Amino acid sequence: MSSDFTVRDKVAIAGIGETKYYKRGGAPVAEFRLALEAIKLAAADAGIPIKQLDGIASYSNDRNDSVRVATALGLPELRFSNMFWGGGGGGGSGAIGNAAAAIVAGYANYVVVYRALAQGQFGRFGQTPALKGISGPPAYTWPYGMSTPAQWIALRTRRFMHDHNVTEDALAAIAMACYHHAQTNPRAIMYGRPLSRKDYDESRWIVEPFHLYDCCMENDGAAAVIVTSAERARDLKQKPARLMAAAQGSDFRQGAASENGPDYATSNFKTLAPRLYAMAGIEPKDVDVAQVYENFTGAVMASIVEHGFCHPDEARDFFKFENLIAPSGKLPINTSGGNLAECYMHGLELIIEAVRQVRGTSTAQVKDAEISMVVSGPMVAPVSDLILHA
Amino acid sequence: MAEARDENTRSYLPAGMPAPVPAGDGVDREFWEGARRHELMIQRCKDCGTFQMTPEWICHNCHSLEVGWHRSSGRGRIYSFERVWHPAHPALKGACPYLVVVVALPDSGNVRLVGNLLGDPMQEVRFDAPVEAVFEDHEGYTLIQWRAL
Ligand SMILES: [Zn+2]
Repeated sequence: MSSDFTVRDKVAIAGIGETKYYKRGGAPVAEFRLALEAIKLAAADAGIPIKQLDGIASYSNDRNDSVRVATALGLPELRFSNMFWGGGGGGGSGAIGNAAAAIVAGYANYVVVYRALAQGQFGRFGQTPALKGISGPPAYTWPYGMSTPAQWIALRTRRFMHDHNVTEDALAAIAMACYHHAQTNPRAIMYGRPLSRKDYDESRWIVEPFHLYDCCMENDGAAAVIVTSAERARDLKQKPARLMAAAQGSDFRQGAASENGPDYATSNFKTLAPRLYAMAGIEPKDVDVAQVYENFTGAVMASIVEHGFCHPDEARDFFKFENLIAPSGKLPINTSGGNLAECYMHGLELIIEAVRQVRGTSTAQVKDAEISMVVSGPMVAPVSDLILHA
Repeated sequence: MAEARDENTRSYLPAGMPAPVPAGDGVDREFWEGARRHELMIQRCKDCGTFQMTPEWICHNCHSLEVGWHRSSGRGRIYSFERVWHPAHPALKGACPYLVVVVALPDSGNVRLVGNLLGDPMQEVRFDAPVEAVFEDHEGYTLIQWRAL
């Protein structure tokens, strides 16, 4: 093993912070202020002075520019400033991986990773602007009414279901597991709003095969985490969640527009997942709990399959509600409620929940959880992953 | 077009959808100009024969910069499909449901195009069903739609 060239066990998440989560348009303050609040909370959680932060990493073209943040916070020395390319949630784990790389390389000592969203104050993800003309990749799809993530992920999910003989039952089980976990999480937008199979079946179609409850919410709020060396993290306030592995990337031509990824019905993790497990030195069966980015349930299903938790042709049997829930399902997923039922914070809330599972402080704690995985951004490109442990 | 759902525009979807505009750098001009002539033009490498969508300045297989064009017969097979119920664009209010299909072109390396399947939006759609291209003319541009065979 070329141990010099890995982040394994050299870095840890030492602090987590989240603002209150709001329904879309519900944030009473500006998006930038939400970002600052989350950073303050994360630094306080870690027990470090804010002015000790010397690195910033984010993803999905976060509007809250790193230099504005560093200036607003009066950081004496910004040593690392980094943006993970690509939209959607594909860069959540990637931003942590980039922060980790910066720490191992000696660029910075305390990197904050944040994501802030106030869709009420800016454009919405689920709506297409009323433009007269469009060029580039969207020119091949928008004029035909195929313009939103729900619509492209539905096309790929439909093909996946056809190829592997999967029914809507699998999608319903994923949605119900996320809602189930939100019922013990007072932070969750859907706290107090359980989802029955009947509710699921009777909800309106967004785009077949997705009902309303297969789709992520749109929310306002902000989240932040503090990444530092494992050595420094040991002396801080919280039990460190050490990075066991991080990986990012995209498979062959997955960026080809007009639905031309040669491997079509894929979550885009087929080359990435083996790299992740190799760095961690573990196998899928060793993972105790996973937070799997839910833009849409179909992409969650494909991700779990491509991370080796079940064979694609066994998906029908694997994706059962009882297999997906804490404390003792085969693979408890999205134990805070995730993007479907806690808050759509572009998956940074999933990373925070993965840290809680390692700390033992989740509201849906998995018994004796040691190895905690995050999958960021299925069916987009690029995507990323991480694995944490105590 | 017999299958047009919109009386005024004689198109499958209502007026007000964004029009495709060829990229400013010219990379896909031939694709859109071909559609205007009712020809389905797919990019094909002059050196190694690889087809690719969407158009690019280089062949992804052999890295030749000599990428040319091949006229497809317009016969394809349904690779995936969806029935859309929620209008994500203001022009689509009242136009749902509608059908979107991904069509693979066997005569062009199975590259894929996205379009609408003409006719009844509640019709049964089958994977791998044969379809053919229908050129839907608009003011200044042409869309490529699909008819079940
Ligand atoms: Zn070539």
